Amino acid sequence: MVENRPWLTVFSHVVLCLGVLVTALPIWIAFVASTHPADSMLSGRTPLLPGGHMIENYATVLGSGVRAAGSIPVGTMLWNSFVMALMIAVGKIAISIIAAYAIVYFRFPLRRTCFWVIFITLMLPVEVRILPTFGVVASLGMLNSYWGLSVPLIASATATFLFRQFFLTVPEELAEAARIDGAGPFKFFRDILLPLSRTNIAALFVILFIFGWNQYLWPLLVTTDEGYYTIVMGIQRMLQAEDAEPAWHEIMATSMLAMLPPVLVVVFMQRLFVKGLIEQEK
Amino acid sequence: MAGLEFIGVRKTYPNGVQAIHGIDMAVADGEFVVIVGPSGCGKSTLLRMVAGLETVTEGEIRIGENRVNELEPADRNIAMVFQNYALYPHMSVFDNMAYGLRNRRTPRDEIARRVAEAAGTLQLEGLLDRRPGQLSGGQRQRVAMGRAIVREPEAFLFDEPLSNLDAKLRVQMRLEIKRLQRALGTTSLYVTHDQVEAMTLADRLIVMNAGVAEQVGRPLEIYDAPATLFVAGFIGSPAMNFLPGTVADDGSGANLDGVDRTLLVAPPASAGRGRIMVGIRPEHLEPVSREEAAMEVVVELVEALGADSLVHGLLADGGEGAAVTVRLDGARRVAAGEVLSLAVAPNHVHFFDPDDGKRLA
Ligand SMILES: Nc1ncnc2c1ncn2[C@@H]1O[C@H](COP(=O)(O)OP(=O)(O)OP(=O)(O)O)[C@@H](O)[C@H]1O
Ligand SMILES: [Mg+2]
Repeated sequence: MVENRPWLTVFSHVVLCLGVLVTALPIWIAFVASTHPADSMLSGRTPLLPGGHMIENYATVLGSGVRAAGSIPVGTMLWNSFVMALMIAVGKIAISIIAAYAIVYFRFPLRRTCFWVIFITLMLPVEVRILPTFGVVASLGMLNSYWGLSVPLIASATATFLFRQFFLTVPEELAEAARIDGAGPFKFFRDILLPLSRTNIAALFVILFIFGWNQYLWPLLVTTDEGYYTIVMGIQRMLQAEDAEPAWHEIMATSMLAMLPPVLVVVFMQRLFVKGLIEQEK
Repeated sequence: MAGLEFIGVRKTYPNGVQAIHGIDMAVADGEFVVIVGPSGCGKSTLLRMVAGLETVTEGEIRIGENRVNELEPADRNIAMVFQNYALYPHMSVFDNMAYGLRNRRTPRDEIARRVAEAAGTLQLEGLLDRRPGQLSGGQRQRVAMGRAIVREPEAFLFDEPLSNLDAKLRVQMRLEIKRLQRALGTTSLYVTHDQVEAMTLADRLIVMNAGVAEQVGRPLEIYDAPATLFVAGFIGSPAMNFLPGTVADDGSGANLDGVDRTLLVAPPASAGRGRIMVGIRPEHLEPVSREEAAMEVVVELVEALGADSLVHGLLADGGEGAAVTVRLDGARRVAAGEVLSLAVAPNHVHFFDPDDGKRLA
C-alpha cells in the first residue's frame, strides 16, 4: 500500500519503537546487570549502563559456575541443553516426516485412524502426561541421560501434520513419474520428497530447536545428576540459593549465555530457509 | 520396439465408478494412436493402465508379446509424458533426464551419451544445468519429452502433453512430436481432447465416449464415415449439423423437419421408411440460387475467421427452427438476417438411425 499520510507514518513508527523498547529493555537490563559487581544489583537502584565487571562475571559463570547453586559450570549446562534441543529437533523431524510419508503415500489398514490418533495427541502435551511419562522413563532406566531428556518429547503431532499438508501439495504426477523412472518408495523419499521438503525442514528445525532449548519442567524432573542439568533449569536453581542473596550478576550472565544459541540458530538457519524460499520452484 | 494390445480391458475404480467398459484393440509396432474424447470418458484411465499406474480390473494388456497387468511401471519399458510435465523441481535438466537411467544402473558414459543425444534432438544443449523452474513452458515440455526419449522405451504414453502451452507453441510442439515419433519409430499412445491434435498426429484414432471406444480408424476414415452420431458430432469443427427428418415415401430422399422440399439424396436401404437423422458438415453446404437450393437458412450470426466465415442460422421455414452452421469462403460477405439458399454435396450426407445413433449404410 502506498499512501502519503505523514501522521499515520509517525504514529506507526512510535508504536513500533515502543514495541521494540518493551521487548528489548529487559534484555538490555539483563545484559547491564551481567556486567556489574554483585552488590550494585542489590543496592536498590538498577543501573542502566554497563559496568566494568563483564569479563570477570562471564569467566566465573563459564569456569566454576555459580557457587550458591552447586558450582556447575555453565558450559556444561549449555552443552546439555544443546544436545537435548538438537536431539529433540532432529528426532521430531525424522519421526514426523516418516510418519507423514506413510500416511500420505501408503494405503494401509486403519490409515485414517492412525492419522487421527496422531492428531489427537496434539491435545496431550508433556505437561498433561508428565507423571505416566516419568514412570515409563524411570522404569526404562533413562533418568539422568540424554535419552531420558529428549525421547519423551520427540513424538510430534504438529510436525507430522505440517509435513502431511506439505506432501499433499506435491503433485501426484511427481510420484508417478518417479515410479515410472524406477524409484521405489525409499528412493522416492530420499531423492525427491526429502530435497523438496528442505525449506520446511529448516523452518521446523528452528522452531523445534527453540522449543527443545526452552524445556524446563521435564529436565527438572528427570535429572538429578548435576552432569545432566540444562541451562534453563540451571538458572532457576541459581535463584533458589540457600541462605544467601541471589547472585544477580552471575544469574544474568548465565541468562545472556542461555539466550545466545537459539539466537544463533535463528540467524544461521534464517539464511538457509530464505534461500530455500527464493529457490522454490512453481 | 513392440506393439500394444488390449484384450477385453475393463476398469472399475474402488469407489464403484466404471471408467472403461471393455476395450479390444491392437496397436501395431511403431504406430501413432491418438485417443480422443470428451472430458471424463476414460482416456487417462486407459493410458494409466498401460503405464501401470492403475490396476486393470478385467482383461489383459500386452506390450509386445508380454502380459503386463502385473508388472510395475518401471518394468514395462514405457515412458510417459504428463500434462503438467511432472519434472523433478529440485533437479537440473540433466538429472531429470538421467534419473530413470541411473535407477536402472545404466553406465555413466551411456547416460551422458543418451542425454546429450536427446538434448541435441530437442535443442536443450544450453539448458542442461538449469532447474525446471528456470525454463519456459515449451522448454519444460521438451525436457519432459527428453526424459521419455532417453529411456528408449517400447512405447511412449502422452497424456494431454500440449494442453498447458499457448496456441502457437502447441502447433509447433505438435509438429515436433510428430517428427520425433517418425524418426524414432516408437509406438505411441497419445491422449487429447483437442481434435486438431487428434486429426493431425494420429496414424489411427480411437474416439472414446463414456468408457467405450465408439470408433477406431484412420482420421480421415472417421471424418468421412463416422460410425455413430457421437463420433459425427465430436470429430470435425465446427460440429456436424444434425437435421431430423423422415425417409421419403419412394426412398429417393429425405423430408427434413422444417424444410418444405425433399432432400434428394437417397438414404441407404437399411433406413426403411421411418424417422432418420441426417448429418451434414458445415463445409459441405454451399450457397446456390433459390431454385437449386436444398434448404434455406436465415443468418443469425457470422463469425469471420479470415480464410473462411462460420455462419450460424436457422432453417428458414422451420417450425421449431433447427440450427444450422455453414462454412463459407472468407471472401463472401454475409449479413445477419439474410436468407441463404444452400445446396448439399450429395456424397457428403450422413444418415443415422435416430434410435441407436448408428450410421446407416
Ligand atoms: N482415482 C479415481 N477414482 C475414482 N474415479 C475416478 C478416478 N480417476 C478417474 N475417475 C473417474 O473415471 C472416469 C474417467 O476418468 P479419466 O480421468 O480417465 O477421464 P479423461 O477422459 O482423462 O478426462 P479428461 O479429458 O478430463 O482428462 C471419470 O468419470 C472420473 O470421474
Ligand atoms: Mg485425463
